[in-house]
Amino acid sequence: MTIEQQKFSRGPSDLSTFLNGLWRENPVFVMVLGMCPVLAVTNAVVNAISMGLATTFVLVCSSALVAMLHNFIPKQVRIATYIVIIATFVTIVDYVIQAISLKIYGALGAYIQLIVVNCIILGRAEAFAGKNTVRKSILDAFGMSIGFTFALLCLASVREILGNGTLFCNTPFVIHLFGPHFEPWAIMLLPPGGFFVLAFWLLLFAWIRQRKTSKGTLTS
Amino acid sequence: MSNTMPKNDWFAMVRTLGMVSLLSGVLIVMAYEGTAARIAWNKQQATEAAVFAVIPGAVQKATFAVGQDGFTRLENHDEKGPKVYAGFDASGTLLGVALEASAQGYQDTIRALYGYDPVKQCIIGMKVLENRETPGLGSKIVTSEEFLKNFGALNVSVNADGSALEHPIELSKRGMKPESWQIDGISGATVSSKAVARALNESAQRMAPLVKKHLDQFTVK
Repeated sequence: MTIEQQKFSRGPSDLSTFLNGLWRENPVFVMVLGMCPVLAVTNAVVNAISMGLATTFVLVCSSALVAMLHNFIPKQVRIATYIVIIATFVTIVDYVIQAISLKIYGALGAYIQLIVVNCIILGRAEAFAGKNTVRKSILDAFGMSIGFTFALLCLASVREILGNGTLFCNTPFVIHLFGPHFEPWAIMLLPPGGFFVLAFWLLLFAWIRQRKTSKGTLTS
Repeated sequence: MSNTMPKNDWFAMVRTLGMVSLLSGVLIVMAYEGTAARIAWNKQQATEAAVFAVIPGAVQKATFAVGQDGFTRLENHDEKGPKVYAGFDASGTLLGVALEASAQGYQDTIRALYGYDPVKQCIIGMKVLENRETPGLGSKIVTSEEFLKNFGALNVSVNADGSALEHPIELSKRGMKPESWQIDGISGATVSSKAVARALNESAQRMAPLVKKHLDQFTVK
């Protein structure tokens, strides 16, 4: 029995299903899933928001469809079916982003198509949507998506501020935080910067969690 | 497991995968049909904006196909094959021709559009259309004003027998004042700067003599 099944048998409330992905099982900071887009597209806040929205759409739609169909999907072909469903929604998102802005499409590059193999999405289909009702699956997908987008924003804001000295660059709301003599830390925009900032956030969240649990044991 | 299917039921597997694939096909075709016009319009806008950006002062443009014996005017933008764009001022005088260039960059192909003035025999503007260069370093070929200044009046004179350029477009030596046909590269983005120079050189060697030879074929109407 997985953790989700145990929870389901105890019947978690809608709210706790939703909040699960935000904090307790945050896909990035707790489960450390989907690292490819997390490291790759977080060099600007606008990219992180676009990636977060695209992933949200794919995760919510595929979770809903998987939950709707889960009684008809034979166990042997479930992964193949999930991948077809996920790939469909990724293709739709790909077209929609191209239709909205070629600039954003160019910035996200291959990472749109790579949402297909984002383990968060297949993971939620396999671990949650394949066993739960449509309503619960959609709530879970929204929670996970917001948790994922939040994590992307955490990384992107630090990287963009240090690496470019701006927030929301490439949008009409661009804010220049430092004077013209600010020398950007180019490394923050490069892949190593992604690893550094991710490590910093993982450390911070692990520390907060640990402090919380140690407090919990003291009071009980 | 909430799965009620009997095991090894191949019919159920084929049916499920078949139905899901059919549904997937319908959804993708709907999304494609719904966005195709808008995507084509976006791409058209991007190229048009680039044409006016690389030919300063141009207010109208015409598209031409490149053939064996020069250029033929295109009315339909969906035509395949290599294309050039001519930019004119309000009175219909040819100001320059926008040509495409591409070369292997640091990570992927860099595609650029540049404006060629056949009268002054100069490159008068350059815009990178597509690149996957390292953000913050190689991507400066798109944003660095210092670098883009190189393409304000870059000498691409055609040689005496009209077969190639008099001087190949190249990066200037480090610390030396660039000649009129040389590009001052970006420090920290040498590979990307070189790639732009190579792309322009490869394209201009071929196209500049051709444009110069068939100059009268570029008409506004």
